[in-house]
Amino acid sequence: MAALTHLGLAEARDLLDKGEVSSKELTEAHVAAVEAARELNAFITETPEKAVAMAEASDARRSKDEAGPLDGLPLAIKDLYCTEGVLTTAGSHILEGFKPTYESTVTSQLWRDGAVMLGKVNLDEFAMGSSNMTSHYGGVENPWKRAGDNRKLVPGGSSGGSASAVAARIALGATGTDTGGSIRQPASFTGITGLKPTYGRCSRWGIVAFASSLDQAGPMARSVRDCAILLRSMAGHDPKDSTSVDRPVPNYEQALTGDVRGLKIGVPKEYRVDGMSDEIEKLWQQGCDWLTAAGAEVVEVTLPHTHYALPTYYIIAPAEASSNLARYDGVRYGLRIEGEGSLDSMYETTRGEGFGDEVIRRVLIGTYVLSAGYYDAYYNKARQVRSLIAKDFAEAFAEVDAILTPTAPSAAFAMGENMDDPLAMYLNDVFTVPASLAGLPGVSIPAGLSSEGLPLGLQLLGRAFDEETVIRVAGVLEEAAAFDHLPAYVTEG
Amino acid sequence: MALLKGRSGEWEMVIGLEVHAQVISESKLFSGASTTFGAKPNSQVSLVDAAMPGMLPVLNEQCVRQAIRTGLGLKAKINRTSVFERKNYFYADLPQGYQISQFLHPIVGEGEILLDLPDGETRTVGIERLHLEQDAGKSLHDQHPSKTFVDLNRSGVALMEIVSKPDMRSAEEAGAYLRKLRAILRYLGTCDGNMEEGSMRADVNVSVRRPGEELGTRTETKNVNSIRFVQLAIEHEAARQIEVLEDGGEIAQETRLFDIKTGATRSMRSKEFAHDYRYFPDPDLLPLELDEAWIEEIGATLPELPDEKKARLMQDMGLSAYDAGVLVAEQESADFFEAVAKGRDPKLAANWVTGEFFGYLNKSDVTLSDAPVNAERLGGLIDLIADGTISNRIAKEVFEAMWESGKDAGTIVEEKGLKQISDSGEIEALIDDIIAKSPEQVEQYKAGDNPKVVGWFVGQVMKATQGKANPGVVNQLLKQKLGG
Amino acid sequence: MSVDKDTVERIAKLARIRLKEEQKEPLAKELSNILGWVEQLSQLDTEGVPPMTSVVEMRIPLRKDEVSDGGYPDKVTANAPEASHGFYVVPKVVE
Ligand SMILES: [Mg+2]
Ligand SMILES: [Zn+2]
Repeated sequence: MAALTHLGLAEARDLLDKGEVSSKELTEAHVAAVEAARELNAFITETPEKAVAMAEASDARRSKDEAGPLDGLPLAIKDLYCTEGVLTTAGSHILEGFKPTYESTVTSQLWRDGAVMLGKVNLDEFAMGSSNMTSHYGGVENPWKRAGDNRKLVPGGSSGGSASAVAARIALGATGTDTGGSIRQPASFTGITGLKPTYGRCSRWGIVAFASSLDQAGPMARSVRDCAILLRSMAGHDPKDSTSVDRPVPNYEQALTGDVRGLKIGVPKEYRVDGMSDEIEKLWQQGCDWLTAAGAEVVEVTLPHTHYALPTYYIIAPAEASSNLARYDGVRYGLRIEGEGSLDSMYETTRGEGFGDEVIRRVLIGTYVLSAGYYDAYYNKARQVRSLIAKDFAEAFAEVDAILTPTAPSAAFAMGENMDDPLAMYLNDVFTVPASLAGLPGVSIPAGLSSEGLPLGLQLLGRAFDEETVIRVAGVLEEAAAFDHLPAYVTEG
Repeated sequence: MALLKGRSGEWEMVIGLEVHAQVISESKLFSGASTTFGAKPNSQVSLVDAAMPGMLPVLNEQCVRQAIRTGLGLKAKINRTSVFERKNYFYADLPQGYQISQFLHPIVGEGEILLDLPDGETRTVGIERLHLEQDAGKSLHDQHPSKTFVDLNRSGVALMEIVSKPDMRSAEEAGAYLRKLRAILRYLGTCDGNMEEGSMRADVNVSVRRPGEELGTRTETKNVNSIRFVQLAIEHEAARQIEVLEDGGEIAQETRLFDIKTGATRSMRSKEFAHDYRYFPDPDLLPLELDEAWIEEIGATLPELPDEKKARLMQDMGLSAYDAGVLVAEQESADFFEAVAKGRDPKLAANWVTGEFFGYLNKSDVTLSDAPVNAERLGGLIDLIADGTISNRIAKEVFEAMWESGKDAGTIVEEKGLKQISDSGEIEALIDDIIAKSPEQVEQYKAGDNPKVVGWFVGQVMKATQGKANPGVVNQLLKQKLGG
Repeated sequence: MSVDKDTVERIAKLARIRLKEEQKEPLAKELSNILGWVEQLSQLDTEGVPPMTSVVEMRIPLRKDEVSDGGYPDKVTANAPEASHGFYVVPKVVE
């Protein structure tokens, strides 16, 4: 049993192909692992019966030689994706009891390709957070522990349940979403790989919106190859999403050539922020050395407006969110609290009780920056700076093929740490947010351990729609780093 | 210019109209749900229209085409780039919590409308802009004592908001503006202009000022749904404002409601809370960029519009400004007239269409398309007049019979034996007979002291023929016989 | 920009969020901090810089005008906290 959950997604696929294991066996092993790992609180909704039924259907397809690229592989779905007939909460009280009558485009493509759903995984409420602590369903535990320290750590966020499930070997892979770092930062915190595709690569249809101009679906798994396999099924043009781009979907796995000779890798000098820890700086240098050794050329680049990316993000994302979350009003679905009898009091009490603190904070900021008299100073200014940030990247990518940076400024922190000061929490996304604002693809891979024995990630960024180069370089980095450490939850049970 | 008399002198009213016109399209502005009127509650609602989590808008090409078409019809500037923005507010029938509209960058810029005023004068009213936006759903407040019922069938239907400049100075001008705008939209086929079903409604902006002075504070009376009500609302609102100002008060810039029962406007309590719509570009949609070629292609398919048609009817067909104006006011009547006039004397055709035909139409309850006399039949009647088969006077009798029976003119003339007698032999014999029987009248005629006596003779001939004698022939023969 | 309690109340009203009394002062402080921090953008000269409209370089897609959706009133109200005769039901709205 344990062996089946320790397989990578690609390995499991190959065993299924060879008939050495059935999807039912693979799925049952994972269903059991999900149940055994409830203490992590990674799942909001487990769907074991559905999983087994899907696995049986997969085995039947395989016996008829009709297996798709993901056939029989059990996955965890971030609870931001609407799944037909299955509770979808966005980690919020306000979606209490909501069972969509529709399936998101991305998950429907996963099922089209044969994947099996284990259930819906936890997240920061409406994907707003970097710790998974803002979920109405409680925080998620990181399977990693600091050496000699038993305190529970956060898995990062917002895709914390996805990251924890993959790291704890209870799902072969998971879907995440990334608005400002919500795939990459938790991947870094949990020692897994997470890929945020180019904005427009994966359909946003059926994914609960946080910030529409930034949200992007992406895969989280235990290797670059596994992410490449998942991305191929998740990506693609969707006429139901007006920002979905109509370009062919390559076979991303084939991008893993192992050859980066002649590629130019940029290192942005502005990412050497004040107070960066020595071990992160060392790991970053190590990454450069690995790529140089593999035949790439590492050069310094400049992204002059990096310093302004976070404040820009914290205007744009809350502004869009304040509007996107207006539909949660107690009328058509989810929570309703009647209030004192008027429509407005119903709205106000429903939203006041249905939203958690961080969501309220961001909705209020968003409302404020869009309100009369402030629009130009905040929102429009932020849109201008966003143009400058995108231009910085365009100029850098005229010189280099990929950019290497740390993923996060620190390793995972403990539950309760960083919690009093929202601003301190926002700083977690300092390295991931700029590429989000520019809509560019990025991946985080586990590259080493901190002095406390926690995983640290390196981030690779690429040109728009050049996920293939990102995957190629990440593959080489992954091989050089040979990160084979296991979290305490797995080694100690 | 119509000035209003107050207690303390004269006032001028300044009127601007914002018209919401429902775009004619099969499906909604951003979803594939149907736009037909009157369906079961929430049956024409997609997941997008109900603002389910994760739903996204996709723009309907036809709605864009219709907006461009309307812009061209209003001789307006079509903006190469326009932007959909979100107008954020909470309301039960606004499921997204925002309306997707256009704010800073509308699809259509400045244009104009020519008003045809009753005195035959024309007057130009500027169009400020036209933008595309979503309609809201419908709230029913009278189904339950403490609840409101919400139907989203209209939610997301495409509207064109057409904003005039504050160029109107009287309720009559506002009425003329609405009629003309409606005619243009109908000619273009971009809105059916049906105000009863709500596919055209007006927000009425009114202010008053002393002639020549600066603009006063205006009020906006929302969602008025007939031309008559718009005019009543304007008159009431202007009178109310003058009274307030003459009493030394101030006009509050506010949203008001027109009450059909009282014919008055009143302040909307629920809108007292200051709105702050927090417009921003909808991140689910990209800016709408239009190709010149597409705009030209649409321009090439525009029909002849009322103003051009009127000019043509006057110039080429010799109609009066009044007749031409009446005929082009509705696409349907213009089409009807042109069908009747085809290959016939246009003035005769215009007289019959605007005279007998419209007269009967107004008296009866039927619409033009259901009228018992169609263009072909009316044309047939006119042909019988033109070729002398019947006189104009008999033709009216024939028309009445056509209207009642639905038969064509020829059949009725045949059945009733109304054919005009033009045979001079037959008429001559009659005249001889009458002259022989009426020596007294012949004397009067010869003495020349009673000019009316010729008419008397004509009348006698008509009486003897039940009006069928050709009046021209009768007159000519009478002159010969009496004078000869 | 310093946000006071009145401002928090005003924005919360606009956003239709009922705050508990004890939430207001802390929120005023947090919002002030965050807004003060984002205001560093004002240091940057953005004269003449076009505001970003979208990161995707494409034209807005246009859909053919066909009835391709709707016709499922049951689905529309399936998750409604209150529905009756196919309508959504909300507390009475006074106009
Ligand atoms: Mg308006
Ligand atoms: Zn409007």
